[in-house]
Amino acid sequence: MAKIVTDVVCPFCGTLCDDLEVALSDDGKEILEVYNACTIGATKFLHSQAKDRLTRPQMKQEDGSWKEVTYDEAVEYTANLLVDAKKPLMYGWSSTSCPAQGVGSEIGEEVGACMDNTATVCHGSTLIAVQDVGVPSATLGEIANRADRVVFWGCNPAHAHPRHMSRYSIFPRGFFTGKGSKSRKMFVVDPRRTDTAKMADVHLQLEQGHDYELLSAIRVAIRGEALPDVVAGIPKDQIYEVADTLKSGRFSVIFFGMGVTHSLGKNHNIDIAIAVTRDLNDYTKAAIVPMRGHYNVTGSGQVWGWQFGFPFCLDLTRGFARYNPGDSSSNDLLIRDEVDAVFVLGSDPGAHFPVGSVKKIAQLPSVCIDPHITPTSAVSKLHVPVAFVGVEVGGCAYRMDNVPIETRKVVEPPEGMLTDEEFLQKVLTRVRELKGAA
Amino acid sequence: MTEYLIKNGFVYDPILGINGDKVDVAVKDGKMVDAGDVAKPTIIDAAGMTVMAAGVDVHAHVAGPKVNVGRNFRPEDKLFRGVAGTGKKRMEGGFSVPTVLRTAYLYARMGFGFSMEAAMPPLYARHTHEEIRDTPIIDQGALPVFGNNWFVLEYLKENEVENTAAYIAWLLNQTKGFGVKCVNPGGTESWGWGMNCETVDDVVPYFDVTPRQIVSGLIAADEYLGLPHCMHVHGNSLGEPGNYEITLDTLKIAEDYKPNNDFGREVVLHNTHLQFHCYGGESYASKSFESKSKEVVEYVNSVDNISYDLGVVTLDETTTMTADGPFEHHLSHMNNLKWANTDVELETGSGIVPFIYNPKTFIAGAQWAVGLECGLFIKDPMRAYITTDAPNAGPLCRYPRVYKWLMSVKARDDMLDNTLKYGDKVRERCYIGELDREISLYELAMMTRAGPAKTLGLGHMFGSLKPGLEGDVAIYPYNPETDTDDPEKIEYAFGNSAYLIKGGRMIVKEGEIVDMGNKRTFWVDAKVNENPMVERDIAEKFRRYYTVTQNNYTVEGPHYVPNPYVIEVDATR
Amino acid sequence: MAKVTLTPTQTPTLFLEAENITPDVFAGKSAAEIAALHAFIGKTTVTLGEYFTIEGAGGETAADTTIVINGDVSRVKYIGMKMTAGEVIVNGSADMYVGGWMSGGKITVNGDIDAFAGLGMTGGELIVNGNAGNYLGAAYRGDWRGMQGGEIRVSGNAGSDVGTFMRGGTIIVGGNIDVHVGTHMEGGTIIVKGDAKTRVGGQMVKGTIYVYGDIDVMMPGFQYRNDVDLEVDGEEGHFALYEGDMGERHSKRKGEVIYGQLYMKY
Repeated sequence: MAKIVTDVVCPFCGTLCDDLEVALSDDGKEILEVYNACTIGATKFLHSQAKDRLTRPQMKQEDGSWKEVTYDEAVEYTANLLVDAKKPLMYGWSSTSCPAQGVGSEIGEEVGACMDNTATVCHGSTLIAVQDVGVPSATLGEIANRADRVVFWGCNPAHAHPRHMSRYSIFPRGFFTGKGSKSRKMFVVDPRRTDTAKMADVHLQLEQGHDYELLSAIRVAIRGEALPDVVAGIPKDQIYEVADTLKSGRFSVIFFGMGVTHSLGKNHNIDIAIAVTRDLNDYTKAAIVPMRGHYNVTGSGQVWGWQFGFPFCLDLTRGFARYNPGDSSSNDLLIRDEVDAVFVLGSDPGAHFPVGSVKKIAQLPSVCIDPHITPTSAVSKLHVPVAFVGVEVGGCAYRMDNVPIETRKVVEPPEGMLTDEEFLQKVLTRVRELKGAA
Repeated sequence: MTEYLIKNGFVYDPILGINGDKVDVAVKDGKMVDAGDVAKPTIIDAAGMTVMAAGVDVHAHVAGPKVNVGRNFRPEDKLFRGVAGTGKKRMEGGFSVPTVLRTAYLYARMGFGFSMEAAMPPLYARHTHEEIRDTPIIDQGALPVFGNNWFVLEYLKENEVENTAAYIAWLLNQTKGFGVKCVNPGGTESWGWGMNCETVDDVVPYFDVTPRQIVSGLIAADEYLGLPHCMHVHGNSLGEPGNYEITLDTLKIAEDYKPNNDFGREVVLHNTHLQFHCYGGESYASKSFESKSKEVVEYVNSVDNISYDLGVVTLDETTTMTADGPFEHHLSHMNNLKWANTDVELETGSGIVPFIYNPKTFIAGAQWAVGLECGLFIKDPMRAYITTDAPNAGPLCRYPRVYKWLMSVKARDDMLDNTLKYGDKVRERCYIGELDREISLYELAMMTRAGPAKTLGLGHMFGSLKPGLEGDVAIYPYNPETDTDDPEKIEYAFGNSAYLIKGGRMIVKEGEIVDMGNKRTFWVDAKVNENPMVERDIAEKFRRYYTVTQNNYTVEGPHYVPNPYVIEVDATR
Repeated sequence: MAKVTLTPTQTPTLFLEAENITPDVFAGKSAAEIAALHAFIGKTTVTLGEYFTIEGAGGETAADTTIVINGDVSRVKYIGMKMTAGEVIVNGSADMYVGGWMSGGKITVNGDIDAFAGLGMTGGELIVNGNAGNYLGAAYRGDWRGMQGGEIRVSGNAGSDVGTFMRGGTIIVGGNIDVHVGTHMEGGTIIVKGDAKTRVGGQMVKGTIYVYGDIDVMMPGFQYRNDVDLEVDGEEGHFALYEGDMGERHSKRKGEVIYGQLYMKY
């Protein structure tokens, strides 16, 4: 008779579903099935049991082959790398728990590192925009219970946040939205006809790279001012119609993603989308919510916020925290040859960074802490596998709307494998010893 | 544990009735003891210095989601102000919204031992506790907000006090909360639709209940439970010219209630940051705006069951942050600055907007005056506490400056004559010019430790040097015999404690922070009779309307509350 | 005028943070004292003397002090940061934050500069005989108060995000400019003598932008008003005046709405 663990939190994306149920074998050691998750989430749980899973650290040899080393040797290499470097970069922090992020922060402070998370290639643009203009927002339950106009701008939840629409944004029958999807009008703004766009009541298929202009035109329309005939490929009549529909609703919400955070203008696109939301609040209720990617990049921003005052692109090298994306951001630091060692935990820059940056990681002393073999681990000098947060060890994670949920431990990690937090704690201890001896 | 004997200091303890006498103060095993009970104490020579119980902050926004929004969305608040860590201290950052490390060190430098986080949105309680956990030295608690909570609105529409109490007890347990906070009752739920409640009789859309019913019902439920702290309210129409009448309406609701608790608390309602709620006139212009602090405090003086804290404006560039969502939207329209807002499903909302209280404007000068008047009109200083609603009216680090203003007419006149551009108009429209009262050190002790401890229901632990209480002692480099010549000395001394002993551990020694202490998270566990209806309502709302499961809502365990101090309350009948 | 000459002797492997290279810091110091001043490479502290040969001495005050850097300092950051008076001449290219938060004095760079030059500037002059990077004369992250005074003149091209949240002062770009010119502007003047791309004057509340060349795509919130003859930066010109950004808030004076102004040169 399988054991069912309920209220399991999925450690994949910012949707942070917490209603998963995991069926375990009688002895509680094996995951048999995952219920309620999307395929991505289910795969994360099931794949954690892959037979060829790496269970011990390995060091790259001169000839490019990998040799297994002990965790203690890995700790020694990592601590020395961080202490010896003049300006180490500690990157990632997005697929791990808040306790691990906390220990990481202590290490970063001790070794005077630059610390950055995946927002730097993702919603960092959002963070910058919020710093410039604020953000009228709400928790996802407010959307489920109240929203009647839902806009997906530059994002494709059907693929990237598969249960978002059913749990929060389109289908829920909430307190004030008893008719479910029929209570809502759905808009998609995307140059591509994505699977999400196919579901929409209105698909604005704008010219790529002109989101800023279109958002500006919506603001002009909201104010009742004159518009050119076409903006971003969208005829002005349609722009006025969209503005009116949003103004006349009870609660409009804009969800957005990489389509605007990393197309021309980046933070400016988000800035002006926030301005649209702010303008709408003069007529009705409106909110805007970023579709955060990694399941705990938000948590990384929160932990750094309360400890250092900034959510990403931290420069701790001078003993106090400094911040300026463009200067203290990972890709700029790497491409300009401004860092001399790289530590990656809980993300895969080898896959997500520009190749120019990845080449630098390959050239520098580098450590990759990741359960998986990834493009990052492939170019690092040391690869340290750790337990999966949310599967083999618990720990707090923050959802895309900043709601914190404690992830659960469902099964034991492989014999002898450390968690992120445990490994980092050992590194911290060793770093302090090395510094004390200096 | 080390024993301490503090000698030769000028001691101020309103609970023991010590008013500047040089009495010996002793700490042993983490508690205050009689001086004769220490055998081999470390002697601290407090000659020429002022000795008090460590401070107790009744209301500050220092931990939680909206505080962190304030940090993350204001890099400019930290520019060029970072301080590197030394010794045991980690790096510090932030002027108006300090990082949690800086918060702890500021409190230690100001000689505080306890701080009550002013507002905790229950769905985000986990976040508040993470920040509290990472704030060393000071003991803390947090007040969950109830004034716009769907359960509360539904129960109080029918005046179901027992059900409300059962829900409150459940929520305090689940979120590790300390008491009942009520912010802009009904207004923040209305803000879920972009609306607000401005008077106590406005009706909340759909829920069909009024702020009056909410305030009244929450007071009743608080007393039903016999909680250590009374109902803590931020009333409707904060900051609006003419709002003093709404404030009086709110305060008068307390007339029907008597305190019921085993903690020595004698009030049933605490009105926070009263300054923002004492405005007369119809606009902020000097020809219209006027202070109504006298009228409001007169009312408080005439009853015995209300306390308040001041919320003094310090004339800084600061960051406003409150669960009064509609107010913040309104504020952002006034100053056109960045506005962050988070509405929280079924529970509350929040808004954050930077704000500059510019001494070159009449209104900022008037607000400054009103806050101080609230501290100068009170007859019983055990019921009026000094705060800046940090950071709303002023940053946490400004407490000592506020003490200076309250304790020195010279300092106030200096502001009116030299710093404020419209000091004359402020004298005209406010009462400050007529007030020559100077708060004494004895009264300061009432307003910053003894009083707040009592109203929080923690008078058995904090706020006094009485034997048996917690070993929390602050020593300030202020000589009441010779330092009265210059009010700046007040500001310096109370921001640079010479010693702080917290829980019997030396935290500040000779002006340096040397130890991170052993902070505790205080929360209240109230037992009530089983209430199947409330249990079912809770299960139902989680199933249908919350986006987290009921089991995942619970905050517990060493990652969130590693060192809990639980206050048990038996409210069963 | 006392002169201090710095000649770079080695290129840092990472980057050198040299916020001590300002007339304010050099004033009153001998060459030896200047050589002993700290500079930073990551978490390590070095001295200016390790990276430059130093000749001369500072004047009595910042105003009396001229600093000349002869050589490539393209891996040196913060030159002239927060200076209040005096002069800095860089005969070479420099990295980020040249003249950041300066309030007076004059910096001349005969070379290119990287990003964040003149950040939060409140006064003084920054002259670049070369190209400038992104965020020229911009506001620091989160600050709604951008450049408030002074003049920045770049002979070549400039990058993106020039003059964000600008409130006062003047920025003149002799060449072309990248996207997002004068975003959130509330005052001040930006003159672009070459071509612009897109997002010129986006979310502009107030202020003036001149573009002599082309704009690839005009912001939809700008409306043509009329043609006008003006003298700009010492030259006569015939311009088309546009007002906007119509999607943004604007204040009124004497009942008239005050818009941002965008002049396109014919």
